[in-house]
Amino acid sequence: MSRPAGTVALVDYGAGNLRSVENALREVGAAVVVTRDPDAVRRADRVVVPGQGAMPACAEAMRRSGVAGALLEAVERGTPVLGICVGLQILFAEGEEAGGARGLGLVDGRIARLPGGVKLPHIGWSKVRLVAPGSALFAPMDGAYVYYAHSYAAPAEAPGAALLTHHGRDFCAALERGNLFAVQFHPEKSQRVGLALLERFVST
Amino acid sequence: MPAKRIIPCLDVKAGRVVKGVKFQNLRDAGDPVEAAARYDAQGADEVTYLDIAATQENRGTLLDLVTRTAARVFAPLTVGGGVRGEEDFVALLHAGADKVSVNSSAVKDPDLVDRLSRLAGAQALVVAIDVKRRPRGAGRQEWEVYVAGGSKPTGVEGIAWAREVAARGAGELLLTSMDRDGTQAGYDLELLEQVCSAVTVPVIASGGVGTLEHLAEGLQIADAALAASIFHDGKHTVQEAKAFLLARGIEVRP
Repeated sequence: MSRPAGTVALVDYGAGNLRSVENALREVGAAVVVTRDPDAVRRADRVVVPGQGAMPACAEAMRRSGVAGALLEAVERGTPVLGICVGLQILFAEGEEAGGARGLGLVDGRIARLPGGVKLPHIGWSKVRLVAPGSALFAPMDGAYVYYAHSYAAPAEAPGAALLTHHGRDFCAALERGNLFAVQFHPEKSQRVGLALLERFVST
Repeated sequence: MPAKRIIPCLDVKAGRVVKGVKFQNLRDAGDPVEAAARYDAQGADEVTYLDIAATQENRGTLLDLVTRTAARVFAPLTVGGGVRGEEDFVALLHAGADKVSVNSSAVKDPDLVDRLSRLAGAQALVVAIDVKRRPRGAGRQEWEVYVAGGSKPTGVEGIAWAREVAARGAGELLLTSMDRDGTQAGYDLELLEQVCSAVTVPVIASGGVGTLEHLAEGLQIADAALAASIFHDGKHTVQEAKAFLLARGIEVRP
């Protein structure tokens, strides 16, 4: 495997399963810089935003650390960015968790709780369905099982939705808008399928 | 609905896998990281470590083990045993555990479930419930919760406790029938039925698996099946278990 060029800034804003994402990125050969320094995020060749837990706390921590601003600049400049789990949710305009939260507003839409009548949290391996056949990053995953651990999700109609999963309702499992990518599932915990996705992200 | 999960469980003590019958005659059975990597390669949907000694002195050893596992195993890892509070919980998550299970400390201080759930989200918190049948009068039975590795009865009734911890913010329940544990006689299906209809969080069945048929019975009710001896003894691989379940029409990840 050829070593992907450039550095990947893994954003540390005090939340989430940072270590697992770091391990998985190293496994696919990436030169990872774990950072909470907005300048390091601005300089990186690629940016990964992990996240676990509650969206309001994550969005707030990102703003406080100054990383939110740097991330918006990176997206603007064309740097490939990948959000994972709550890292997808905070890209949206708003979320209803814990009384409501403002996200970064990069994607229109609202993060809402999955409907009742199914087991929540949605924990385990569910299939993804491709709805954007042109996506180089996500097209190879059509029909694959990926690992989820969440109760809130983006709408299936989200702009740029590339993969959908059904749990109570269809929701956005992955989205792609130019250089901005995000997934609701955990690629770092989805065995071969997840590592292959991360490898595509760091090497394309 | 997600696919039904198969979760091999490794009992660890002082950083090594141990095997025994009902915690007696423990013998060393190798490096947990090697075992976890083997199950990962077989397509296990998750791996669970249960620290059965869980002494203060061994805490660092357990964290080191979790760190080494997370660097090699890219499947979800749940870790439990001796988690006393916020500090232990966060340390395990930071070391690379995806989920942490609590048992005795939750019974002692039920509000701990609310606090841990707020701290890292329900999806990171598993409440383990060990129960044993007891008579309830008029020939009927109920289940009593035990703590401290199944050594101490608490008087708490199991179904009500399951409902309470789910309401307080547990993301999953790991439900062990002590009557069946180690017997290889199959899950306590009546217990599984009652708990699964009492809560809306995922339930992991544990205690009693001796055959692939038992896995199928448990997974018709529960969301995931925890199993130890049928995999450790080399009786079956995870692939064999999944092929069997698929043939039974149970959705598992191939």
